[in-house]
Amino acid sequence: MTTLRARLAKQPIDATAAAALARLYLQRARTESDPRYLGYTQAVLAPWSKVARPPIEIQLLRATAAQSLHDFDASLHDLDIILQRQPQHAQARLTRATVHQARGDLRAARADCEQLVHVTRAVIAESCIATVDALNGAVARSYARVATLRAQLTNQEQERELVPWLEGLLAEFSARAGTNDALAEQHFRAALAATPDDAYLLAAFADFLLDHARANDVVALLQNKTRADGLLLRYALAKQYLHATDTPQLVKTLTLRFAEARARGTALHVREEAMFTLKLLGDPLHALELAQDNWQAQREPADARILLEAALAAHQSQGAIDAVHWIEQTRIEDPILRALAAHMKVATI
Amino acid sequence: MSSSGRKQFQRFVLAACLIIFTMPTFAHKSSDSYLRIDVDQAYITGSWDIALRDLDFALALDADGDGALTWGEIRDARPRIFDYALSHLRLLTGAVSCPIKSDDLLIDQHSDGAYAVLRFNAQCSVAVDTLGIDYQLLFELDAQHRGLLRLTANGNSQSAVFGPDSRTQKLSLGTATAWSGFASYVQLGMQHIAAGFDHLLFLFALLLPAVLRRVDNTWHSVDRLSPALVDVAKVVTAFTLAHSLTLALAVFGWVQLPSVLVEAAIAVSIIVAALNNVWPIFAEKRWTLAFAFGLMHGFGFSGALTDLGLAREQLASALLGFNLGVEIAQLAFVVLVVPTVFALRRRVPYVRTVLAPGSALIALLGTMWLLERTLDISVLR
Repeated sequence: MTTLRARLAKQPIDATAAAALARLYLQRARTESDPRYLGYTQAVLAPWSKVARPPIEIQLLRATAAQSLHDFDASLHDLDIILQRQPQHAQARLTRATVHQARGDLRAARADCEQLVHVTRAVIAESCIATVDALNGAVARSYARVATLRAQLTNQEQERELVPWLEGLLAEFSARAGTNDALAEQHFRAALAATPDDAYLLAAFADFLLDHARANDVVALLQNKTRADGLLLRYALAKQYLHATDTPQLVKTLTLRFAEARARGTALHVREEAMFTLKLLGDPLHALELAQDNWQAQREPADARILLEAALAAHQSQGAIDAVHWIEQTRIEDPILRALAAHMKVATI
Repeated sequence: MSSSGRKQFQRFVLAACLIIFTMPTFAHKSSDSYLRIDVDQAYITGSWDIALRDLDFALALDADGDGALTWGEIRDARPRIFDYALSHLRLLTGAVSCPIKSDDLLIDQHSDGAYAVLRFNAQCSVAVDTLGIDYQLLFELDAQHRGLLRLTANGNSQSAVFGPDSRTQKLSLGTATAWSGFASYVQLGMQHIAAGFDHLLFLFALLLPAVLRRVDNTWHSVDRLSPALVDVAKVVTAFTLAHSLTLALAVFGWVQLPSVLVEAAIAVSIIVAALNNVWPIFAEKRWTLAFAFGLMHGFGFSGALTDLGLAREQLASALLGFNLGVEIAQLAFVVLVVPTVFALRRRVPYVRTVLAPGSALIALLGTMWLLERTLDISVLR
């Protein structure tokens, strides 16, 4: 990293070195869930920031950094151009499917996943399709498909990298189906055994445990992993559940962190801020506003859920009408979401 | 923050090699710096909290590369830290920089770890009415870096955020400061008159014969004060009207003359006014001289104001304040001179001991200025 930085300091428009360093930074940003590395990535790519068609590798890294910063419009803009220039580009196609999915555009996400079949390995394309279908009323079939893919993995290094991803999908699918909790936990633990610091997986597993009133397990899971706001939030929720004496201190810390994020004008974790405002500050009206803002940016099951919860708590059923429609359209099988939507309908009538 | 900063500082002085920042302990967040600026008229004090992690990333402060920063390492890097930070910050009034001087370096804790607290101060040429801030810290290394500003002046606070797309901002300090800004232009106008001796000398030359009347080609002293005051009023009013007119024209950029020409014309005006006292041509009509050369003096005044590079929207109030300051200083001079010469007019042979030698001296000074200004040589030094 130091060598690459020195090389770029002398010659900032060295696309090879810039791409290599940006890739390292993005990797750090992901494994340590540390947003500073996203800023470093963008700075390394800055010489091309006004260039509409930079080298494809640079443009892809730029799109990935934007995606990580939840700037989905900028990300899609770059990904669209890459795929016009090179329709066979598998990584760009996969990233675009992920962005479409995060924005709740499942049709576009599936279209990209289907295209992947022609340009990359079957395991990638098929797990991509399964991910979308698992949101679209086919969670059992998706689980079976990914379980097969998982079983077919060989022990080669390239294949081993896919283990946490597939195990993570299996964990999510089984948690969403809500039929076999022991199986879901088993998959979460298998995924985390491969990538113990993955903040996304840790948050998903903690949510799963919180839904099953297993606050002690959440504390054990996240004890030394509270540097990311999202994980500190789950930790505090567990502590609150346990009526722990340090809960007020945690609430104070989180208040400060969200205030700092607001002050700089880039609110990265609005979903988490809405959860915090509803569940730890007990301010449903403000939580609803935040959840609605968040829903405009991203539309995953967790985004629908906090919107419904906040609207119900605030007795403003109209406030989550979009989420109710989304649940009906997608035919998502998440029992918690379905129950919330049913509540909402009762409240509306 | 400041008192806790000081406490921290004292503690670290006691244990210079204590580790105050290690990489993996604190919250993960994007990079922010916290810039606090207090404006008191033309004087600015500031306190700038920059994450040690960011400074380390930019300057490689961790000299022994052990992943931890000690107070000793930070203290040794103090000049580098200040150089780096202050070379990425500019404070401006209009287009003129207020030079920034470094002060203490302290340490404070934020939610994501230890920060260096850089104290500094800056002196502007005039009281700040609108503060321009040019913030360039860290953007070339971290596109997500933000500078969070808290600006305080006259008990009012405002905040702003600096990002890669908003590196320079102008902050108006509000009504209270608009008044003190105006007052500072009044002061500037007064200073300009007091320091720019040539304007007063011209006026002095025109005022000397005010206590005299020209009858049959000889000077006679007036009996009462009132005719003298009428004469003074005519001269001062004509001078004021003329220089205010050209001052405004020049400040708004409608008419511009080369400064060499203006400076020379002002020297000529002094010579002419002085010689007119010895060989009167405009004896009772000295106000016409005052008006004609007053136009040149107005261009002379304008330099003090245009040098400040004021923003368009500030010009009108700055001009008004400056002009008022000029008139106040000028009036004070008149109040000082007129009673004195009135008292002297019959005590001494006024023409022989005051008017003629005084005018000769003024003409001589004017000539030296003229030579100095046209030939670019230094006569009086």
